[in-house]
Amino acid sequence: MVPTLWGRIQTRVILLATVGAVVTALITPVLPVDAPLSTKYRTTFLVLAAVAVVGMVWEFVYHLLMQFRWEKDWPSMFGLLLIVPEGVLMWFLLDLGVVPFVDSPPPLAAFAIHFAAVWLCVWLFANGPMRVPFIRWRFRGGRLA
Amino acid sequence: METVRGAGDLTPELLEATFWSDAMVQAAGIPIQDVPFVSVGGGIGSFVTVDYLRIAGVPTSQMRILSNIDYPWQTYEYLTRVSQIPRPERIRSDSSSRPDNIWGFPSYALSETWRDKSLAHLFHVLIEPIFADYWTPRAGTVFASLEREMKRIAYQEMLVKGVVRMVRRRVGGGYFTILTPPEGTTPTKRVAFRSRFVHLAIGYPGLRFLPDLQAFRESSGDYEHVVNAYEPHEHIYEFLKTKPGTVVLRGGGIVASRVLQRLFDDRRKFKTQTKIVHIFRTFVTGAHGPHIWARRKGGDGWAYQGFNYPKSVWGGQLKAQMRKLDGEPRAKKYKEMGGTNTPKRRRWQKQMADGRKGGYYQAMQGTVDKVTPGPDGMLTSFVTGKSGAQEVHSHYIIDCTGLEADISEHRVLADLLARGGAGRNPLGRLEVERHFEIKGTQSGDGALYASGATTLGGYFPGVDTFLGLQVAAQEIADDLARRGWCKKIGPLRSTTQWFKWLFNRKV
Repeated sequence: MVPTLWGRIQTRVILLATVGAVVTALITPVLPVDAPLSTKYRTTFLVLAAVAVVGMVWEFVYHLLMQFRWEKDWPSMFGLLLIVPEGVLMWFLLDLGVVPFVDSPPPLAAFAIHFAAVWLCVWLFANGPMRVPFIRWRFRGGRLA
Repeated sequence: METVRGAGDLTPELLEATFWSDAMVQAAGIPIQDVPFVSVGGGIGSFVTVDYLRIAGVPTSQMRILSNIDYPWQTYEYLTRVSQIPRPERIRSDSSSRPDNIWGFPSYALSETWRDKSLAHLFHVLIEPIFADYWTPRAGTVFASLEREMKRIAYQEMLVKGVVRMVRRRVGGGYFTILTPPEGTTPTKRVAFRSRFVHLAIGYPGLRFLPDLQAFRESSGDYEHVVNAYEPHEHIYEFLKTKPGTVVLRGGGIVASRVLQRLFDDRRKFKTQTKIVHIFRTFVTGAHGPHIWARRKGGDGWAYQGFNYPKSVWGGQLKAQMRKLDGEPRAKKYKEMGGTNTPKRRRWQKQMADGRKGGYYQAMQGTVDKVTPGPDGMLTSFVTGKSGAQEVHSHYIIDCTGLEADISEHRVLADLLARGGAGRNPLGRLEVERHFEIKGTQSGDGALYASGATTLGGYFPGVDTFLGLQVAAQEIADDLARRGWCKKIGPLRSTTQWFKWLFNRKV
């Protein structure tokens, strides 16, 4: 899928809300955090929401960078590698305590496992299986609505 | 079939009338067959459209494909083979552009990964186009997968052989499509298909030669030494195996790259001593474009681009932008992204670098004023370029420019422009709506659609590609669903049908 700006944002939000939520629900109990399960779920889902919100800003940056590419495309490798800047920024935001409703940052290892698992699953889903139920999605720059 | 009265051929009355009544056709004695949907062409454009509709649930009894070829990839395979892409070679198409699979998943690379039990293909797709050339499928893989899908959707049940002469609007709605079946197969010369919908996917109207090469062929009668790359020209490679020779190559597109590769490969494999003089009309020396956000890579004469169009025409930004443009702004946008180009493949770059170093490959800018027979059976090209006028002597000239004929050179399209209400778009081809209905051809509750090369210049740019044909098929199927003729493929149907595709079950 070669995205448009609106398509990027829609795809990110929808995939985090579906694939991301399922992965978060499955992985949270096994994350190395010393806290009650309800607290763990609260934190991981808040982090997931933060990734979606901050991600919308990231999408504007990516869209701008894409303008320098003649084809106005976004190779799938970019989608995978961007885990690094996005993950680092999200960790700093958590560490600085500026993510709303997250009182104390989760342990780095737990954050890293959760973030990487969600990112990888969303990326894999967007690079193939997504096209099976949503047959028009790839021809509309990632827009579903 | 209805009773016939006349001789079964077109009458002056029919030829003149822009709308035909049932009585007019019956009076001419042309037998009428009723079917709601007719696709004219029978190539890959027809195939992907009926594939989409079959998956949407349309039975074979509701559709007919009128064609002079036996299977959808027949013309495509002929053209790729003569232009130096035999079955084992890779075509210029994206891994997820699969004409046999409307979802594009699994991609060809994923299928090959599964088949070969090797992750190499997937890794290649992952790092393209930055650290590797675009992964592209082998021609043979594409044809084999098309054959599988053709059987799955029972394509042959819908195929009717013959040459389509014209499509005319019908009084009361819909269309008549006149077919000339193979001689002796039907009692009358013509058969009429009366349908609510017609789809035209007739491909390229024809090839056009460079004017100087056409003049040479006509004056000398020599069709052997000056060839178009889309004509069979194996004799050139055979000759070059027997003695050293010089070939002039014209054009800067994918076909020129392919022919060059063949000549370089033969030098290595058969120790040929071939020299190549490559003439570019537009010699690209580096990145080019109006501003930093619209700059395409280039060099050594070539403009470089992975596929026929910038990738975003099939779904991204360029598709969205073009969809809003009409008239002059649309033509301007086409011009901005247009121009002949070829992929920058590492293998080709090395071959050319070796050729330049070894003195057997020379690229130059110029236009050829004329070609004349030269001494010792050779040809002389009179070239005018930035470095002045010069004469180039060669044994053969291969025209790789791939010029296309005007749409009016195709009989069906000429008739449609003259009597069917169709018009031209800003690039001179058929003007279609965003849903690929040909503007001006509406007839009652019927619709006439077109997809493929004849519609280049419309709201959607990448029409003459596998993915472009699928974009068109989706738009057409959705429009037919809006008209209540078939079901719209929703997420559930799409998913269940995908599993049927995966397990090769009938639709």
